[in-house]
Amino acid sequence: MSGNPGQLRVDAVGPVSDSAAALPAPAVELTDVAARLGGHRVFSYVTLTVRPGEFVALLGPNGAGKSTLLKVILGLVGHTTGTVTVLGAPAGRRNRAIGYLPQRHAFDADTRIRGIDIVRLGLDGHRWGTPVPLLSRLLRPAHHRQAGQRLAEVIDLVGAGAYARRPIGQCSGGEQQRLLIAQALIRRPELLILDEPLDSLDVPSQAGISALIQDICRTQRVAVLMVAHDVNPILPYLDQVIYLARGGAVMGRPAEVITSDTLTTLYGTPVDVLRDRAGRLVVVGQPDAPAHHPGPSR
Amino acid sequence: MQPHLSWDLVEDVRQMLAFPFMVNALRAGTLVAVVAGAIGWVMVLRRQSFAGHTLAVVGFPGAAAAIWLGVATGWGYYGACIASALVIAALPPSARRGGLGGFGEESAVIGTVQAFALACGFLFVSLYHGFLSGLTNLLFGTISGVTGTQVQVLLLAALPCLVVLAVLGRPLLFASIDPDLAGARGVPVRLVGALFLLMLAVAAAGTSQITGSLLVFALLVTPAATAHRLTARPALGVGLSVGFALVASWVGMTVAFYSPYPIGFWVTTVTFAGYLLATGWRLAADRVGQRRRPGSAVASAAARGMPA
Repeated sequence: MSGNPGQLRVDAVGPVSDSAAALPAPAVELTDVAARLGGHRVFSYVTLTVRPGEFVALLGPNGAGKSTLLKVILGLVGHTTGTVTVLGAPAGRRNRAIGYLPQRHAFDADTRIRGIDIVRLGLDGHRWGTPVPLLSRLLRPAHHRQAGQRLAEVIDLVGAGAYARRPIGQCSGGEQQRLLIAQALIRRPELLILDEPLDSLDVPSQAGISALIQDICRTQRVAVLMVAHDVNPILPYLDQVIYLARGGAVMGRPAEVITSDTLTTLYGTPVDVLRDRAGRLVVVGQPDAPAHHPGPSR
Repeated sequence: MQPHLSWDLVEDVRQMLAFPFMVNALRAGTLVAVVAGAIGWVMVLRRQSFAGHTLAVVGFPGAAAAIWLGVATGWGYYGACIASALVIAALPPSARRGGLGGFGEESAVIGTVQAFALACGFLFVSLYHGFLSGLTNLLFGTISGVTGTQVQVLLLAALPCLVVLAVLGRPLLFASIDPDLAGARGVPVRLVGALFLLMLAVAAAGTSQITGSLLVFALLVTPAATAHRLTARPALGVGLSVGFALVASWVGMTVAFYSPYPIGFWVTTVTFAGYLLATGWRLAADRVGQRRRPGSAVASAAARGMPA
């Protein structure tokens, strides 16, 4: 992993402005944002910036509000204070330009819809009407061909060609996740929001999906904001991490944020970050999250 | 005159169509099968079979009350089914979590309501003296009682239902498969779900008038489940489901006409046989497909004579 101990942007409050002028407009910018859910304060004073083409992980113990933060960015949950700007507009306005993968359980084995149909829903699933494949081929041949091309392209991009025509319930967890990423990508989004896409995948699939997301981030210039339960599979690829805990957030490079000092300050109790010989990080001693990072237990 | 079944199928059909009540029954059966096949396919996808059954069972006290009060049974079926669909749709969404918009932990409540609905229906039948054969007709269906007005009412209910289904189609599929994502993309998931429940109520109320309240699943679930077994393509699946429902309804009525046994039994038998065949075919196809991975889906699609 890149161990750049540059300037610490740890207690990051306010937008980052290290190399001021040349930076493109941020994809996501939150300033002093607070959110409440069911009358409870989930977090407050969250400030973060995700720039185009950046791969950013959102970490934190269970119940810290990671999914809620994503929903605030999508405009599905309102914020009580602060400002949220997503792709140059208030939250929720430009959701069509966002590829979103909600946190989910795998499809049931007897869900008999083909993967390719599910990917296709990403293109036009929100539009009223019922598509009749034969009719659209006859009436709008150019449109039909274009949609088909984009579908093939995006399935090829995630490497799902071999199983895209199988019922999705019969695909493995990793295959389902690839198809869902294709669905999120089909409209060429500027921002990809992924809620625990590695959850409940086996280790080789985790590595495969992580590499795929990094590849998409670099080649398609898509900003990626990804909630992760375990940072290790994506650690080598990350530009920034946001650590959410105890109602607050810290943002910076992984090497700056995932340290004993920073996390101890964030949690307010002693927390240790250990590193094993393979470079994997293990966070030890954090309250309320016994199995947060895998590895040797305390 | 007593109809005689012969080996001349054209003559058989001509004999059957000579009876106006059979023409009405076939018209009604056709309308009901189209709506039930299409709506049923989505219901099976959404795992809302339990809701569909509840709506159908609630139709029984509605129809019984209509007979007791001297109103046409159609009013009772549609009134009770649509009212209960509105109630289910108004339940807070948190109470209906679980699966793809299914009922989850609410199933105990729904079961309780179903029992009460059946009991109420029986009470209304008892209150209306001297209509004993009506009870089995309401529960298990009949072909003899379909009037011309009833066919018109079925048509008036079926048309808007199919139009709404066609308008909702794609977002409904999206919201059924992935409600979170559909919501994020601007699909009004709750509204779509509520509208679907209303369509389901119309389908259940219509089907009840042919197969009886207890056997609605013969047209609402079985053809749809059979289609789901055979294909994973949405458009083809809906088409197959409607086709199976139509065949079951026509064959069931014809056999019921020439035999002394009720229509509900025959329709159910036809769909059940189809379902068993489709299940066997699916098991065999999956086994062959597993032996020939990768590209099994393409192979099995080709085996079915479809473009892959």
